[in-house]
Amino acid sequence: MSDFFYLIPISLALGLAGLVLFLWSLKNGQYEDLDGASERILYDDDRPSEAHHE
Amino acid sequence: MTCCTPATTIVSADAFRQSTPSADEFRLASRSIGDGILQTEISVPSIHCGGCINRIERGLAKLDGVQNVRVNLSSKRLALRWTDQGTPPDAIGALKKLGYDGHLFDPTEAAKPSGDLPRMLRALAVAAFASMNIMSLSVSVWAGAEGTTRNMLHWICAGIALPALLYAGRIFYESGWRALRHGQTNMDVPISIGIAAAFALSVYDTYQGYEHAYFDAATSLVFFLLIGRTLDYVMRERTRTAVKGLAQLSPRGAMTIRADGEYEYLPLKEIRSGTRLLITAGERVPVDCEVERGISDIDFSLVTGEGAPRRVEAGAALQAGILNITGSLTVIATEVAEDSFLAEMIRLMESAESGKSVYRRIADRASRLYAPAVHLTSLLSFVGWMIFQGDVHQAATVAIAVLIITCPCALGLAVPMVQVMAARRLFESRTMVKDGSAMERLNEIDTVVFDKTGTLTLGQMQVTNVDEIDTEALSMAVELASHSRHPSAQAIHAVASHIEGNLGFRFEEVREFPGLGLEGIAQGKVYRLGRAAFACKDDDGQNTAETVFSVEGRKLASFVFSDRLRPGARKCVEKLRQAGIAVEIVSGDSEPAVRAIADQLDISDYTAGILPGGKLDRIRLLTKHGHKVLMVGDGLNDAPALMAAHVSMAPASAADVGRNNADFVFLQDGLDTVFLAYRVARDAAKLIRQNFVIAIGYNVVALPVAILGHATPFVAAVAMSLSSLVVVANALRLKGEPMWAKPKPLGFGLELRRSAK
Repeated sequence: MSDFFYLIPISLALGLAGLVLFLWSLKNGQYEDLDGASERILYDDDRPSEAHHE
Repeated sequence: MTCCTPATTIVSADAFRQSTPSADEFRLASRSIGDGILQTEISVPSIHCGGCINRIERGLAKLDGVQNVRVNLSSKRLALRWTDQGTPPDAIGALKKLGYDGHLFDPTEAAKPSGDLPRMLRALAVAAFASMNIMSLSVSVWAGAEGTTRNMLHWICAGIALPALLYAGRIFYESGWRALRHGQTNMDVPISIGIAAAFALSVYDTYQGYEHAYFDAATSLVFFLLIGRTLDYVMRERTRTAVKGLAQLSPRGAMTIRADGEYEYLPLKEIRSGTRLLITAGERVPVDCEVERGISDIDFSLVTGEGAPRRVEAGAALQAGILNITGSLTVIATEVAEDSFLAEMIRLMESAESGKSVYRRIADRASRLYAPAVHLTSLLSFVGWMIFQGDVHQAATVAIAVLIITCPCALGLAVPMVQVMAARRLFESRTMVKDGSAMERLNEIDTVVFDKTGTLTLGQMQVTNVDEIDTEALSMAVELASHSRHPSAQAIHAVASHIEGNLGFRFEEVREFPGLGLEGIAQGKVYRLGRAAFACKDDDGQNTAETVFSVEGRKLASFVFSDRLRPGARKCVEKLRQAGIAVEIVSGDSEPAVRAIADQLDISDYTAGILPGGKLDRIRLLTKHGHKVLMVGDGLNDAPALMAAHVSMAPASAADVGRNNADFVFLQDGLDTVFLAYRVARDAAKLIRQNFVIAIGYNVVALPVAILGHATPFVAAVAMSLSSLVVVANALRLKGEPMWAKPKPLGFGLELRRSAK
């Protein structure tokens, strides 16, 4: 059993990474216009939008 | 694939009440973001699909000086960045051409951070992370880890739980502490105590090397409860944003005339009493003022509820918020005098607010009974175990297990979950709910009081005697009327669709006489449309209400107007009655006008010509007799009544004060919303009751288990999750069919046209 203890820090680190990524995306404004994001993908516009970072 | 309204049909209920903001006003609403770039936030309530985003972003990007346009579909707002080249881009005008109504957003409002939501989401994420990981570690404990292994796992759990509980649970501790300090309890008090006790006991047990630790229960409790809180918050926030977006009807500044005769556009707060202002046709009056020069027709409907426009001359007092329709006026700003209309309104609203009993929300009422019961049970189990066994640790463990298992996890989700679903369903029908308590209160009503102008009716004139008018005269009058924005003229112009054949009549010269009417010259003859005294030479001046069309002073036709009912008004009244709710009208308009509408709707209870104080008294009287009143109104004169009523509703076209004080705001023209909201509130109340039964039923089953000392962490975790899931699943049932087929979110215009046919 104790042979597998190294898995615990790994799983915790992965979980933390996920948490940090979520917090980053939240801060980045990616949840500000959920409805818009789902619609925008339908419109063919290859211009990258400059207003990503509010 | 787009479901947009064609550009030409955008005629919102109050489209003609609004005016395009001037360049100065536009600049005033912008804020600098550096490098000579300004940002303006514009609220566009009618954005509703990807097509709109595309169209607006492309359309506005073409304007001169525009750097970047970004539409936010969720908040129905767009951020426009432009370089300052002297004149700002005419974004509102361009939007109008595209078929959207845009309102400038207050820059100080727009610059504000987005409130508590990010904080709550962060807390939710941390709680999710902690509870998930602790749960997975706990599984190995349940699976049979023993001795040092188990102890180590517990210590890891404690290490994760401590920061997570401190950070994510803060919202509960703060709220619970606030309540305690004021000598009250709310749901958060037992929650906080439960969490703290569970954590403390678990740390102690871990230190002693005992078998059970409740870290998993404590963190998942916080996680579940935070879900409920966040949903509740999101619902309120969405409404707040939407209502704020509508609050842009009133002007932010005004054109002042300086002593040297120069014009200068100043923001409202810089206008002092005595400042001379210019108010052009189509503008709203920005401050209380007195007319110095000029004649015009004024639409008082938003202030007094009067349907027909009134003519004003020098010396007349004007209130902020009313609309100048036909002529330019030079006015002098006056103080908000003690006896002015606005001051009286504010006084009435204050008295209405102070007289209103505070509504306690269902969840708080429940917790008032619940918290003492839980704490008492916990204490009793402690005492009981002490008597029977005498082991302090065992007794404390049981007492805390009781606290944990009865922690109102399901209760915390039971109410917000249902209310969020209900708000969502109303949102789809374009109705905003201010908060969950409004929904609870709406369920209790037994009387509905309607205002007339602008609420039961659209506040739009309609010609009622088209059939009696000679077609040729009518077509000429329609042509002449198209030159004015006076409501009567617009109503006559709207008749155009009824006329068959050619409208090819042209006037060579048209002049508008504010307060009187229109004059047009065709083939050497003078045609006039307006007040009888103005249009006809031989008028005896008695028929002042009538609008007459004449040639060379000879009457050709006269027009009779009435206000138009909102679509669905009749159906709504009928359904409310069927549901056993009394309906009445209280209006500031004249008796015949109110009677006509009351007859159409078959409402026998109506009061006409009533002052704002009278409306308030009526609501108070009904309340005193034990009725729970829903007030539906739009005017400034309705605001005190809206405030005094048990629950209130206002259309989006309402005056700012009314809209901000109403519990529900509906964006569509149709009045069926009133009944829909009532029905949804009733369904929601039923589901909330069911959820309470489920949550309490779970406690009844789980409590004996806990008291007998069998509530291991495993049992607690399973029971808690299960009851929460059941409650959430039950709440989701509300999302059934809306009352009518889900309305395609059309612009207001199409609905109007449909009902006009």
